[in-house]
Amino acid sequence: MILSLRGIGKQFYGNRVLSDVSFDVAPGQIVGLVGENGAGKTTLMKILFSMPEIHETGGYEGGIFWNGKEVRFKSPFDALDAGIGMVHQEFSLIPGFTAAENILLNREPLYKSALTDIFSPRISRLDRKTMTELAKAAIDKLGVALDPAMLVKEMPVGHKQFTEIARELCRANVKLIVLDEPTAVLTESEAEVLLSSLRLLAAEGIALIFISHRLREVVELCDRIVVLRDGKKIEEVPAKGCSAKTIASLMVGRSVETQRAESAGIHEGEKDDDKEEPVLSVERLWVDMPGETVRDVTFSVKKGEIFGIGGLAGQGKLGIPNGIMGLSPAGGVVKLHGKPLRMGSPNAALERGVAFVSEDRRGVGLLLDEGIDWNITFSAMQIRDKFLKPLLGGLFQWRSDREMCSVANEYISLLDIKCTGPRQRVGNLSGGNQQKVCLAKAFALQPDILFVSEPTRGIDIGAKAIVLETLKRYNSEYGTTIIMVSSELEELRSICQRIAVIYEGRIEGILPHTALLEEFGVLMAGAKDAPKTPNEERPAESDRRSEH
Amino acid sequence: MKSSMKSRLRLFLIENAVVILFIVLIAIAIPASRLPGSFLLQEILTRLGRSSFLVIALLLPIMAGMGLNFGMVLGAMAGQIGLIFVMDWGIVGIPGLLLAMLLSLPISILLGWLCGSIMNMAKGREMVTGFILGFFMNGVYMLFALYAMGSIIPVTNPELLLSRGYGIRNVVDLESVRQALERFIPLKVWGVNIPVLNYLFIAAVSAFIVWFRKTKLGQDMRAVGQDRAVAGATGIAVERTRIIAIIISTVLAGFGQIIFLQNLGTINTTNSHEQTGMFSIASLLIGGASVTKASIPNALVGVILFHLLFLVAPMAGKNLIGSGMLGEYFRQFVSYGVIALSLVLYEWKRAAQEDDARALLRGGAGSDDGKGGTL
Amino acid sequence: MEQIKRFVADFGLPRIIIAVYLLGLFLMAPMVGVSLPGALSDTSIRIGMNGIMVLALVPMIQSGCGLNFGLSLGVIAGLLGATCSIQTGYVGARGFLCAILVSQVFGAIFGYGYGTLLNRVKGGEMMISTYVGFSSVMVMSIAWLVLPFTSPVMIWGYGGEGLRTTISVENFWRHILDDFLAVQISDFKFPTGAILFFLFVSLAIWAFFHLKIGTAMTAVGSNPSYARASGVDVNRMRVISVVLSTMLGAMGIVVYQQSFGFIQLYDGPLYMAFPAVAAILIGGAGVNKASLTNVFIGVALYQGILTMTPLIFNAVLKLDMSDVIRIIVSNGMILYALTRKTKVLK
Repeated sequence: MILSLRGIGKQFYGNRVLSDVSFDVAPGQIVGLVGENGAGKTTLMKILFSMPEIHETGGYEGGIFWNGKEVRFKSPFDALDAGIGMVHQEFSLIPGFTAAENILLNREPLYKSALTDIFSPRISRLDRKTMTELAKAAIDKLGVALDPAMLVKEMPVGHKQFTEIARELCRANVKLIVLDEPTAVLTESEAEVLLSSLRLLAAEGIALIFISHRLREVVELCDRIVVLRDGKKIEEVPAKGCSAKTIASLMVGRSVETQRAESAGIHEGEKDDDKEEPVLSVERLWVDMPGETVRDVTFSVKKGEIFGIGGLAGQGKLGIPNGIMGLSPAGGVVKLHGKPLRMGSPNAALERGVAFVSEDRRGVGLLLDEGIDWNITFSAMQIRDKFLKPLLGGLFQWRSDREMCSVANEYISLLDIKCTGPRQRVGNLSGGNQQKVCLAKAFALQPDILFVSEPTRGIDIGAKAIVLETLKRYNSEYGTTIIMVSSELEELRSICQRIAVIYEGRIEGILPHTALLEEFGVLMAGAKDAPKTPNEERPAESDRRSEH
Repeated sequence: MKSSMKSRLRLFLIENAVVILFIVLIAIAIPASRLPGSFLLQEILTRLGRSSFLVIALLLPIMAGMGLNFGMVLGAMAGQIGLIFVMDWGIVGIPGLLLAMLLSLPISILLGWLCGSIMNMAKGREMVTGFILGFFMNGVYMLFALYAMGSIIPVTNPELLLSRGYGIRNVVDLESVRQALERFIPLKVWGVNIPVLNYLFIAAVSAFIVWFRKTKLGQDMRAVGQDRAVAGATGIAVERTRIIAIIISTVLAGFGQIIFLQNLGTINTTNSHEQTGMFSIASLLIGGASVTKASIPNALVGVILFHLLFLVAPMAGKNLIGSGMLGEYFRQFVSYGVIALSLVLYEWKRAAQEDDARALLRGGAGSDDGKGGTL
Repeated sequence: MEQIKRFVADFGLPRIIIAVYLLGLFLMAPMVGVSLPGALSDTSIRIGMNGIMVLALVPMIQSGCGLNFGLSLGVIAGLLGATCSIQTGYVGARGFLCAILVSQVFGAIFGYGYGTLLNRVKGGEMMISTYVGFSSVMVMSIAWLVLPFTSPVMIWGYGGEGLRTTISVENFWRHILDDFLAVQISDFKFPTGAILFFLFVSLAIWAFFHLKIGTAMTAVGSNPSYARASGVDVNRMRVISVVLSTMLGAMGIVVYQQSFGFIQLYDGPLYMAFPAVAAILIGGAGVNKASLTNVFIGVALYQGILTMTPLIFNAVLKLDMSDVIRIIVSNGMILYALTRKTKVLK
C-alpha cells in the first residue's frame, strides 16, 4: 500500500465533519471518492495535505501511513515533497505564462553562475531549453498533444486541466495524485481524453484518488469507490459491476424510517391541478452565475405549493433563484400570475411580492456590521415603505427606530433568535441565528412567493428544525408559495410537494416527494441522459464547482 | 466572427488610446509652438538622458503586480541626501556622483524595504498607499534635512546651511558635479550635443532589466504579479518577492534622481523629489504603459512624448490663444489627466474582463433568445 | 489592565497619542507663556472654518466610495460660487448667500459627473478621485485665465491675464459667520455664527441619515450586495452620496473663505482634500464607516494640533516645526487607515 488512512476524524469548533474514515490506495490503483456536498471529501484531502487551516483548528484524529510509515506532514509542501500531487478544482495556473512555465512553476531548472554563489539561486537565469524538455516529457506521459509554448490564457479548458496534471507529473518522485473534480469543467470529449490519460498514468504505477460528482466517469475509471456521507465512510465497493445509480443512492441515502416520519407532515396537493393558473412560471431561463450556471430551465409552481429544487453542487440549482431575483445576469421568461417579470432588477422582483433568502448569508443576506433590527426591517422599509414616518407632508420619510426595534423584537421571540437585544451586531450572532434573521427579513416583506436557498447550510440541528418548521408554518398560515433550493435531499423531501432535480444547468426531472431515493439518485447523477445520440450538440460544460 | 473583429479593434484602441492621443496632440502643438527643430532635438536628447533612468525604475513593481510605484519618491529623497553629503564633502565630478549613488544605496534599501512592507499590509491598494507614503516620508525627510542636518548630523560646509546654523538651504547648488555625466564624453553631431555617458547608464539599467526578467527572481515576480495565490501555493515567497521589487525600484529611483539633478545643477531641498514620481509615472503612461504592463520602449517613447509636450505646450498656448500660463496649466492638466485616464482605463478593462469571463462560463447555451435581460 | 487594553483597541492607538500630545500642548501653554484663551479662540475659529469640509467626507465614506480625495471638485464649485457672487457685487449676507447658492448648483453638477465616473471604476475610487481632482484643478486654472469676469476686485489691474491668484473678500462678506453673535472677552473670541452654522449643517446630515434614503446609503456602504438584493439602486445611491459630498465641499470652502478672508484660485484647491481626510481619520472613521462623532472629534483634535504646535514650539524651542509635524501627523494618519483592516472605532 502506498497510502493508508486509518480512522481519520476531524471537528471544526465542536462541529464534527469527519469520523473514522479508513481506506487504502495501492500503487497503480485508481480510487474514486464520492459524496454529496459537505460529505467531507474536501476536508479529508485537506487533512492529507496538512493544510494550515487543519492545524489552526486543532489538527485531526487517526493516522496517515505513507509507504507503510506513519507520517505527520507539517505543511502542504511536505506532502508534495513526499510524492503526493494535487490537482485542484479551480485552476491554479498563471494565465500569462506558457504551459511549460506553469508546469515548472517554482521548480525551474537554472543556469549556474558565479553570482548564484554570492547571492541566492534566485538570480540565476532560467534554463528555458531544459524547461521545455521537462514539460514535454511530462505532457508525453499523459499521451496528449499540448504545446509547451502555449499561453494558458489562450488554451481551451481541457488543455488547462492537462497542464495542471502535467505539473504534478513533473515532480521527480510523484507516486500519488489527488484529482479534485478534474472533469467538472471539461466537455464530454475532453473528459474522455482525460480519463484515458489517467488510465495511462495508473498503468505506469502511479496511484490516483479521483474525486468527482460525475458518477458515470467514476464507475468507468476507478478500481474501487469509497462513498462518504455525513463525514463517515458508508461503503467501499469495487467499481466493477457497480452502476452510477447504486452509487448515487448510496450517496444520498438515509434510513427509510426517518423519511417516512418526516414526510408525513406534508399535506398532499388537494387542489385541482389543471384549472389553476400557476403563480410562477419559468421558461427557458438561463443564468450566468459563476459556479452555478443555469442553461435552460422551464418549470411552473402553483399557489400555496412548496416546491423543491435539488441537485448536486455546481449543477446550477443555486443559479435559479439568483437569476430570477435579478442578482445574476439572466435571461428567459419568468411570469408571476401570468405577467412577465422584468429580469435583472431585484427591485422589480421584490415589488411584485417575491422575496429571497440567499444561500450566501454573510455576503448577500446580511449587513454584518449593523444590528438585528436593521437587518430585519431594511428590505421592507425600502420596498414597502414600512417603518417610516412622513414628515412635512410626505416630503421626507423619517426612519422610525422604535418601530424597527419592536418588529425586530417580535421576530426575535417568534423565531427564538438568541441575542442580547435587537441592536446586537448581526456579525456576532451564530450561523443559525443569522439564518433566522435572514428568514425574518424575508417574512417582514410579507411575500407572495418566497425563494429560500440552502436554508440549513452550516447551522446546528436545533436551528435547522426551527427553520424548516417555520417555513412550513408560514406556508400553511399565509398561503405563501415557497420555492426551496437545497443540496440536502432529505430536507426537500420532508417539506416539499414536488422536487425538481437540476443537472448540468437543466432540469433532469421533477419528482413527487414520495418518489424513491433511487429515482432521485438517478436524476442527480445525470444518468437519465446517458444514452445520447452522437450528433446531439452539447454546449461546453465549463461550470466550476464551488464546494469549499 | 464579426463581433470578435470588432472587439479586437476595440481592444487595440483601448490599449493604445493614450499614445495615439498624444501623438495627435503633439502633431498639432509642434507647428503651433513655432519652435525650431534643432532646438527641440537638442532638448529632447538632453531630457531623454536626464529622465529615462527614473522612468525605467518604475518597471519592476508593475511586473510584480503592484501597479505604478508612487513610492518612488522615497528613492528620490535618498538620492538627494547622497548628493547633499557629497556637496558637503566637496567631492567633484564623476567620483562625486558615484559616491552619491553609493551613499544613497543603503538609504534606498531601507526605505524600499519599509515601503514594500507597508504595501504588503495594504494589498490591493498599493498605489494609493505608496502615494500617501510619499507625502508621509516627505515630512520625515524635511525633519531630517531641515532640522537634523547641521545639528545632529555634522555638516561642515556653511554654504549648505541656513543662516540659523543648521538645516539645509532651500536651494543647493550642484556646481561641482553639474552635468559631469554629459561632459564626460563630449560628442557633438551636427551641432547637437549628445550625452553619451547618460545613455550608457540608461543602456546599463535597460540591460539589467532585460537580464533580470530572465532570472528565477524575475520569473517569480511575474508569477506573483499575475496571481499571488497561485504563486504562493507553489512555494514562492510572495511578500518577500514584492518587497524586493520595491527595493530595486527605490534604489534605481535614487540613482535616477542623482542623474536628473546633476543635469539640472541644483537641488530644491524641500520639493525637488515631490514631482519626480508624478512626472515619471505620467511619462511612462504616455508611452503606452498601463497599470499592469510596461516595457522599456514604453518608458523611452513616453519620455520623448511627455517632454515634447512639456516643451511645446506653453509656446503653443501663447501663439494660439495668447497666453503662456495657459499652456503651462494645460501641460499640468495633461500630466495629472493621463494618470487619471490610465487608472480609469485599467478599472474598465478589469470590469470588462470579468464580464467576459462570466459569460464564457455558460458556454453557448441559453443565449439564442437574445439578451433576455442583462444587467 | 484588560480594560486599558480594550480602551486602546476601541479608541485606536494613534488617536490616543494625538489626544495626549494635544493635551500636553495645552498644559504646557501657560508654563511657556502662551495665552490659553488666545489659543482656544484660534482653535475654535479654525474648527468653524474647516468643520464642513470634514463633514463633506461623510456621505461618500458611508456609501462605500471611500475617502474622497477628489474633494477639490467641491472646492472648485465653491470657488465658482464665491467668484460669481463677487461679480454680482452683492455684499454682506446677500453676497454670502449668493456664493453658497451658486456653489451648490455647481457642486451638484460636478458631483453628478464625478459620481457617474466613480461608479464605473469601483474598487479604484481613491487613486482615481485624487487624480481626477488634480486634473480638474488644472482645467479650472485654465478657466480662471479665460472666464469673462470683470469685477475689478478680481482681475489683475493691468499686464496680467485672467483672475488674481488671491482675491480678498474683505469688502464683501469677510467674517460674516465668524462675527455673528461672536463672544469676545479680551483676547478670547468665540465665532458663534460659524460654529452654529457648522452644527446646523451637521444636524441636516444627521437627519439625512435618518431618512429612508440615508438608511439605504448606509446599507450600500455596509454591504452593497445586501443593498442590491433589497432592491436598492446601488449606483444611484453612490451618485447621490458623491453629489452630496461635493455640494458640502463647495459650501465648506465658502465658509472657509469668509473666515480666512481670501479666495485662493489656481493651485489653491490642489491639496485641500488631504487635511480634511486626515481630520476625519483622526476622529476615528474608517475607510468605509464614519459618524458625526468622528467628524467632531477629528476636526477638534486636528485643528487643535495645527493651532497649538507652532505656538508651543516657537515659545519653547524658538523654531517652527509645525509644517513638518502637520505633514507627518496627517499623512501618517491616512497611511494608518489604509493599512489596517477596516474596523470601525467608536
